[in-house]
Amino acid sequence: MTAAYRPIVFTLNGRRVSLRVHPLKRLLDVLREDCGLTGTKEGCGEGECGACTVLVDGRAVNACLVPAAQAAGAKVVTIEGLKGRHPLQRAFAEHGGAQCGICTPGMILAAAALGPRPTMDEVRTGLAGNVCRCTGYEGVYRAIQKQEAGSRKTEGRRQKPEATGRKPGARRRAPNSRIPNPEPRIPMLRRRRT
Amino acid sequence: MSRAVERNVVRKDGAAKAAGTARYVGDLALPGMLHARTVRSSIPCGDITRLRLGFDTSGFTVVDAGDIPGRNVVPLITDDQPCLAVGRVNHAAEPVLLLAHEDRERLLAATVDIEYRPREPVFDAERSDRVFKRVAIAKGDPDEGFRHADVVIEGEYRTGHQEHLYIEPNGMLAVPENGGVTVTGSLQCPYYVHRALTVLLGLPADKVRVVQAETGGGFGGKEEYPSMIAGHACLLALKSGRPVKLVYDRAEDMLATTKRHPSVVRHRTGVTRGGRLTAMAIDVLMDGGAYCTLSPVVLSRGCLHATGPYRCDHVRIDGRVVMTNTPPNGAFRGFGAPQTQFAVEVQMERIAEALGMDPARLREINALRPGDTTATGQVLGDDAAAREVLRSAVARSGYRRKRREYRGTNRGIGLSLFFHGAGFTGSGEVKLQSRASLELTPAGVRVLVASTEIGQGQRTAHAQIVADALGIPYERVEVAAADTARVPDSGPTVASRTTMVVGGLLKECAAEMRKALGGMTPAAYLRAHGPLVVTKQYEPPPGLAWDDDTYRGSAYGSYGWACDVIEVERDPVTEEIRPVKVTSAHEVGKAIFPLGARGQIEGGTAQGLGYALTEEVVMRGGAMANAQLTNYIVPTTLDTPPMDVVLLEKPYAHGPYGAKGLGEMPFDGVAPAVVNAIRSLGIDLREVPATPERVMAAARIRDSRLRPGDHERASARQAGFGIRDSSITLRQRRRTAARKPWTGRR
Amino acid sequence: MRTAISPLALLQPRSLRDALRMLRDEGPLTPLAGCTDLYVGLNAGALADRRFLNIWGLDALRGIELRGDVLRIGALATYSEIVRSADVRRLLPMLAAASREIGAVQIQNRGTIGGNIANGSPAGDTLPVLAAADALVELRGLDWTRTVPFTGFYTGYRASIRRPDELITAVNVPRVEGAQWFRKVGARSAQSISKVVMAGVRAGRPRVALGSVAPTVVRARRTEDALASGAPIAEAQRILQEEISPIDDIRSTVAYRREVASRLLAQFWAATR
Repeated sequence: MTAAYRPIVFTLNGRRVSLRVHPLKRLLDVLREDCGLTGTKEGCGEGECGACTVLVDGRAVNACLVPAAQAAGAKVVTIEGLKGRHPLQRAFAEHGGAQCGICTPGMILAAAALGPRPTMDEVRTGLAGNVCRCTGYEGVYRAIQKQEAGSRKTEGRRQKPEATGRKPGARRRAPNSRIPNPEPRIPMLRRRRT
Repeated sequence: MSRAVERNVVRKDGAAKAAGTARYVGDLALPGMLHARTVRSSIPCGDITRLRLGFDTSGFTVVDAGDIPGRNVVPLITDDQPCLAVGRVNHAAEPVLLLAHEDRERLLAATVDIEYRPREPVFDAERSDRVFKRVAIAKGDPDEGFRHADVVIEGEYRTGHQEHLYIEPNGMLAVPENGGVTVTGSLQCPYYVHRALTVLLGLPADKVRVVQAETGGGFGGKEEYPSMIAGHACLLALKSGRPVKLVYDRAEDMLATTKRHPSVVRHRTGVTRGGRLTAMAIDVLMDGGAYCTLSPVVLSRGCLHATGPYRCDHVRIDGRVVMTNTPPNGAFRGFGAPQTQFAVEVQMERIAEALGMDPARLREINALRPGDTTATGQVLGDDAAAREVLRSAVARSGYRRKRREYRGTNRGIGLSLFFHGAGFTGSGEVKLQSRASLELTPAGVRVLVASTEIGQGQRTAHAQIVADALGIPYERVEVAAADTARVPDSGPTVASRTTMVVGGLLKECAAEMRKALGGMTPAAYLRAHGPLVVTKQYEPPPGLAWDDDTYRGSAYGSYGWACDVIEVERDPVTEEIRPVKVTSAHEVGKAIFPLGARGQIEGGTAQGLGYALTEEVVMRGGAMANAQLTNYIVPTTLDTPPMDVVLLEKPYAHGPYGAKGLGEMPFDGVAPAVVNAIRSLGIDLREVPATPERVMAAARIRDSRLRPGDHERASARQAGFGIRDSSITLRQRRRTAARKPWTGRR
Repeated sequence: MRTAISPLALLQPRSLRDALRMLRDEGPLTPLAGCTDLYVGLNAGALADRRFLNIWGLDALRGIELRGDVLRIGALATYSEIVRSADVRRLLPMLAAASREIGAVQIQNRGTIGGNIANGSPAGDTLPVLAAADALVELRGLDWTRTVPFTGFYTGYRASIRRPDELITAVNVPRVEGAQWFRKVGARSAQSISKVVMAGVRAGRPRVALGSVAPTVVRARRTEDALASGAPIAEAQRILQEEISPIDDIRSTVAYRREVASRLLAQFWAATR
């Protein structure tokens, strides 16, 4: 019975949340079920594939390995926190960074956490915990590099985002609530001039 | 208005995937939903003697084979696989019982005790006498061919299981409704699932609805298996009267679902001193696992690609796929062709070693050309491009220069030449009778096909083709979800057919719709005339004849061609082989979505690198012992090298805008190129994965080149032949009593 | 196969004292730090524990600082913090090297050195480093603090002298003289459990420690003696084989591990000349 659990309080995508969940419930499940944010994916449950990557206090972690109790007091950012407006998101969509898309949210957050001006070595090392089975990673690198260059060299008109139905029971935001901008610690990537 | 085809349009689903709003089955939930769990056999072979539920069953739905309303079978080619085991189990992890409960915690805590009377399992495919299928391909007279050979080389090549490792595991959500059932899930072939459910549930076609959710990777692993898991979810849904969600975790998915067929392929090849192939005798053995599933077709495609992209007048291929008491193997990108092309490409490398010939030159001499005949007697058209891709990859990679430079170092370089027939074999496409539809909408048009987006870019390529054929902007083409209630049966999303065959049908639909519109806008047409839906059904291209009984004729409408050159580095302390660079030239007819084509080649190459170097399924007692991602090793960003991809185009007359199939071919050639690179280091490896343990244990390649005088030495002996390496034979070029042909059959 | 969590209990101490009191009075309790192995162990059925103590919030166990000649690393120092620490990189670079190769960045941001020690896996990547560095483990109970040599910490496979009412609070590493060397051999370049892992220090008396070749981390003292006495490397390698006892398992083979261990020794010796 959830009322028996102590509330766990943390900041989620800029907003304070308080949840009564079992303290050992995985943060991944808390996000997907209790918070209605299904953008964070489960690929392995072992902390190997990185599909569940979220940012906790600016650092990439596997949400499948974090007990809810240990998120207390932390700033958690999920893919939803980028609101589709982070330059990496557009770059992934337009430059082959995403094929089947299941690793994409985790990959984008891990990429966002790389810090400014990562070299290719830093990109490879920083994304070594995000397994992609579709792209061979080349498309991911292209997307990161194109985003750094601030490229808008897309052809064709700007595409409308796909309409998606809201999941029943999903948390609705109050009309007046304002979600602050993504974590200021997520830096814009800039390509180092070589 | 600019064309869409050949342009790097924004892929249809890119924004949603990057935003995290795309909905995979695990993201779906419904009120009153139950969670489900599968109870599986813990032994590989035996009889169930007792089954006891060791928990309080209140609130549980329990399903066993007795609850199956229709036939207890997962129908495919042979209806030998039960949906739930009754009495007899034939592989570890075989499903026996299904449980559902709305509280996942209670579901996990439930214990079920099963007692068995074990039987002796068969694990070794070479010892199994249960054959699912045999294939025999014959061309010319191999005895004659061997007589004309200066050198005869024999070899045996092995490949193991491979796990698809789509990052999204299998899952289904079944809802009992409308007097039947609707199931949504991760899948490649909605109509396969549909048919399987009508049989299992005993329901008419209009009472079963299958909807594809966004699917996080398939690679063939969601071709046939979804029929099983959908069946399970539906059985629970119908019995409980509630929605049921059944999603596997990674360990269960690895343990229980299909894998790539392991293979043992034996070659005996006759070749002239100048490098011309005179005879090929090939024996193909594949391990099908416990049930037939798609093994006959995997074997078929494997045999049809077993000669590699080479011309040879005298060929004999004998293949068989057999039963073992392991989880059934199934479709996986390449579908038999990677196994046999691994063998032939390493065999070719050994031939080059024996002749002291440049491996690229050996390929060049024997590569199929337009007008040449394949092993089944198919005459190749002008779009045959083996030499072009070979020359492209060899030149671009600096293959010859690097071979010289790397000699004596820890760097190796190897190549492979390969091909892949697109679409279903022979008369398969005709039997499928695929259909595609276009529906006019106020803004433009809606594509209605059963093809599924699984990451490869299906939605995008189909939309591009339709946009150009219809003469409207790409953005105005909508691609409907693959929902059997709404779309016709376009056939499965497999066999590299989705762009070439289904895209071709869509192009025809669009052409007809364009005529009907007669210059009106879609909105105007709808106002004036009402709805408009155009449907087209597959018609084979003219001149394609195939005989299933004799295995002769045109096996595929078209072939793609490719060449990989891969550089590796060996670590002398650990024997790890690290891929350093890949150069890959692919001829694909026409790259409809170039970014997508490149992505498929890069992704297929990475998957091939895993197959070649690290992905080992460790089987113990007929079950996968390393069913965790920490122990099943797929490549990360630190394991994959830079990839240089070259796209060539020799348009196929019967593909939309010239397109051929492309999704699988990139996988076929990676493993042999890697092993050939390892061979260039002097390591005699003939199997994959080339783990450090195997590399360390492998023999050195003995110097097997012929030297001047070898021929004379051989002819001086009466009893045997001059032999430097036991598997290489010098044969005197004169009429001798014909040696009994080696067929490789037991 | 997922584990039900409702039967599990998590106690949440407010301070280090609180935690130590709970361990003494409300045990048995398994401390949880970065939890990179918790769910893996539960799901594999390898972890039978049901009652846990959340020590993640105990800042007293954090921090890396130099106290005179001793590098003090808090038990809750994550691998990422260790990699970023200028003091570690300067004074104990082999520890930074080991930390950099554990898992990938997501694991490094959560896994802790205290957890690596307490978990006691024979494949723990920091363990050969600590053994070769002759580190000291600080343990605290409610009423005491004690320091034990790391090389005496383990008594067997996943067994140590840590009492159930103690926490590992820090690792203290006295100044290491001489060149440091570390190499991990895994199945791939990231996210892999080691097949063989070795740390070495080239000083007047060399120090060599290995993981994944025995039930616990091995300090190859007889091999060190041989090297110190000027024996040829082949002789040292022969003695090394007597000091290790690798097994065949899912990841690798005895033959491979033995051969690679020998080669690592030679590589260490040549690289630190």
